[in-house]
Amino acid sequence: MRLLNRSAGRISRHRRGPLAGLVVLLLGLLMTGGLYTAFSPAQAESTSDEELIAEGRELFLVGCSFCHGQNGEGISTARDGYQIGPSLVGVGAAAVDFQVGTGRMPMANPGQQAPRKKPVYNEDEIAALAAYVASLAPGPAIPSESDYSIDGLSEEEREEAISRGGQIFLTNCTACHNFNGAGGAMPRGGYAPTLHGVEPKHIYQAMLTGPQTMPTFSNGNLSPEEKRDVIAYLGSLEETPEYGGFGLGGLGPVSEGLFGWVLGIGGLVGFAVWIAAHTTRSSKIKEGAEA
Amino acid sequence: MSLDTSKVASTNGSTAATASKPSKVGGVATWADDRLGLATAMRKNLRKVFPDHWSFMLGEIALWSFVVLLLSGVFLTLWFNPSMGEIHYEGSYDQLRGIAMSEAMASTLNISFDVRGGLLMRQMHHWAAMLFIASMMVHLLRVAFTGAFRKPRELNWVIGCLLLLLGTLEGFTGYSLPDDLLSGTGVRAADGFLKATPVVGSYMSFFLFGGEFPGDAIIPRLYIIHVLLIPGLLLGLIAAHMLLLVYHKHTQWPGPGRTNDNVVGFPMLPVYAAKAGGFFFIVFGVTALMGGLMTINPVWKFGPYDPTKVTAGSQPDWYMGWPDGLLRIMPGWESVIFGYTISWNVMIPILIVPPLMLVILMLLPFLEGWITGDKRDHHLLQRPRNAPTRTAVMVSLMTFYGLAWAAGGNDIIAIRLDLSINQITYFMRVAVFLGPLIAFIVTRRWCISLQRLDNEKLLHGYETGIIMRSPDGGYAERHLPISDTAAYTLTARDRDQIHTVEGDTDSNGVVAPGSRIQALRAKLSDGMFRHNVQKPTAAEIEEAHHHAAHEHELEAGLDHPADGHQFDGHSDHTVEEAPLRGGH
Repeated sequence: MRLLNRSAGRISRHRRGPLAGLVVLLLGLLMTGGLYTAFSPAQAESTSDEELIAEGRELFLVGCSFCHGQNGEGISTARDGYQIGPSLVGVGAAAVDFQVGTGRMPMANPGQQAPRKKPVYNEDEIAALAAYVASLAPGPAIPSESDYSIDGLSEEEREEAISRGGQIFLTNCTACHNFNGAGGAMPRGGYAPTLHGVEPKHIYQAMLTGPQTMPTFSNGNLSPEEKRDVIAYLGSLEETPEYGGFGLGGLGPVSEGLFGWVLGIGGLVGFAVWIAAHTTRSSKIKEGAEA
Repeated sequence: MSLDTSKVASTNGSTAATASKPSKVGGVATWADDRLGLATAMRKNLRKVFPDHWSFMLGEIALWSFVVLLLSGVFLTLWFNPSMGEIHYEGSYDQLRGIAMSEAMASTLNISFDVRGGLLMRQMHHWAAMLFIASMMVHLLRVAFTGAFRKPRELNWVIGCLLLLLGTLEGFTGYSLPDDLLSGTGVRAADGFLKATPVVGSYMSFFLFGGEFPGDAIIPRLYIIHVLLIPGLLLGLIAAHMLLLVYHKHTQWPGPGRTNDNVVGFPMLPVYAAKAGGFFFIVFGVTALMGGLMTINPVWKFGPYDPTKVTAGSQPDWYMGWPDGLLRIMPGWESVIFGYTISWNVMIPILIVPPLMLVILMLLPFLEGWITGDKRDHHLLQRPRNAPTRTAVMVSLMTFYGLAWAAGGNDIIAIRLDLSINQITYFMRVAVFLGPLIAFIVTRRWCISLQRLDNEKLLHGYETGIIMRSPDGGYAERHLPISDTAAYTLTARDRDQIHTVEGDTDSNGVVAPGSRIQALRAKLSDGMFRHNVQKPTAAEIEEAHHHAAHEHELEAGLDHPADGHQFDGHSDHTVEEAPLRGGH
């Protein structure tokens, strides 16, 4: 106690010193800063929209402008109607999130179609790029999870959503993506990619923005609920076991025919050779009889 | 040598030996035989001899898979409901619950998910169908390549071709029954094919569908065709095919002791009964494994048929793949005559080429018989190389089939091999014409080269692999004569005879009747056989052996069986007793 009084008294002696105000001010700032860091919500740390767009523009100039132009206006080739990269004005944040998030952009090399690959940019960078492109002109925004998830529905509603989604899928999507979502061929080396292992968000964005040769399924065409149902059906397909055994690629009768010939006929002809090679006059017994 | 004492009486008793009491099985057999007389009737057939070769068992695969089809098919009919009446599915498969579909589709789903063993049976039935037609085709190739379709077996060849056609139709009607999206698309295509027939097309379509497509009659009609009409015809033709087989006796490969007048092999009982019976279980087992492990036609993923829907990868089963491929690569040609559209784009690949191919296939033995003018019976097979033109024609047909078949999977090839579907189509348009031509030329030359090789072996012996060094430093490989058995087998073939025209006109300058067709026949015969290498004559072989003997004399000093290891300690036998590569 005496010690405390003595030290308090010693500090107190300086309370009117010339530096006292400064020290108190520093202490106050430190405390406020420390508490703010400890308790503030995460978003407050990120930069504001303006800064995000500026950051996105920096990334865009480095990684995308070579083909899409310095202001995302697209670059045409000398040949009329062809372009190095299309204009991105008005494609919206959803398109950027899809193309960059699935690794399709930036393209590794020019080709008929940009293949899905490992994303080059991380999530923050994709968000910045999306914000920049969205700032060029209004376009579809990145959907939130509630748009494509059926978690909020009751058990019965979920089942209905899945079977409804299956019918929508078979009507609108299977002509290119195949009944199993295994993908299919498009003209001139293009292809509808497989839907296996694609994130629901990206499927939703693909329907919304119609990337590459895919048609756009606007909300007037397929309502947000219908898009959600399609995603739910695809999810249920992945969760359902293959009832018939190995799926053989889910490609339909062509792969079935291949397996029928190679394994079926190949195996049976092998058995025929085996049976014909074994006669009743086994040489082993003959040798044994002679010995 | 020891004496066989089993047949010597063991006693000197005065009573006669009595037959022991028959066993129970024997008793039953005797009872049945007394009433049915089977033993007498079957005695000959039970001892029927079949030659042993793996390629003679290919047709058996078809037979046994047909038995599997009958068994599994009967199971399926117990639950399948061939009706196009609309109901809402309320079965076990979640993703389709509450969806409107035909009763045919609903009962297929019911078999797949709610009948015990149903999915296994469905998949076995479908795999067995694939194997049935595939094995018929493999069997057909064996028969064609070995010349087994020559007299007296031409009609059995025609029956076989009909079986192939009926099997294909049976398959088509079968996979159309579930009324799922894929089968509906196939039926829709068939409707289009019918309608592409000039003049009567739409009548035929309306007749088959009982009105406009799809109507509600097609599934019941296909069902009765699938379970009664075609299986009945198949059964009858299979019976005829096998009766003719028994009547003609099986063909065999030539060899010592095997002539055109005998059959060397094992009797039906017990050897072939065991082999063939065992093969049935193997075919059944393979089909069961495939049905149990490999998905085929997952109708639940296709969902019910709806004309507004279609899926990528809509292909027919493999045996319909080649007309589908021709359809895919056909340019979209149409012409309008008197206001009627003639759809060449559908007619040529579907209504003209496949029936034409079938007719060509059926006529092959008759065409060959006419060109060769050969009226003898043939029970000995030919090696494919000894009929170069026939072999080349078959390979050429196979190439056409294979290319058209591959074109039928053009979209799958495109996505799996990262190709452009357009380029595949352009390639195939040329390849279906050029490919068979190239295949024909290559195969024929190849066969002729192999014939030369056979003659080399006959005249100069086989290559021993022993390199001889002569005193003046030259190297030569030693040839030794092949065994008599091998020589017999190689020479057991006829010389080809080129048909020649006697003379177009008689002494009065009158053109002989039918001489133009005879000239054509002579031309074909010449083209067919001129380049073939004939087997050497006895004199040639004799001379070659003399020559060889002379050479051996010259090499006498070197003549000891050396295998090159006699001094390095790796020799696995003593040099003195070593045979040089036995078996030749």
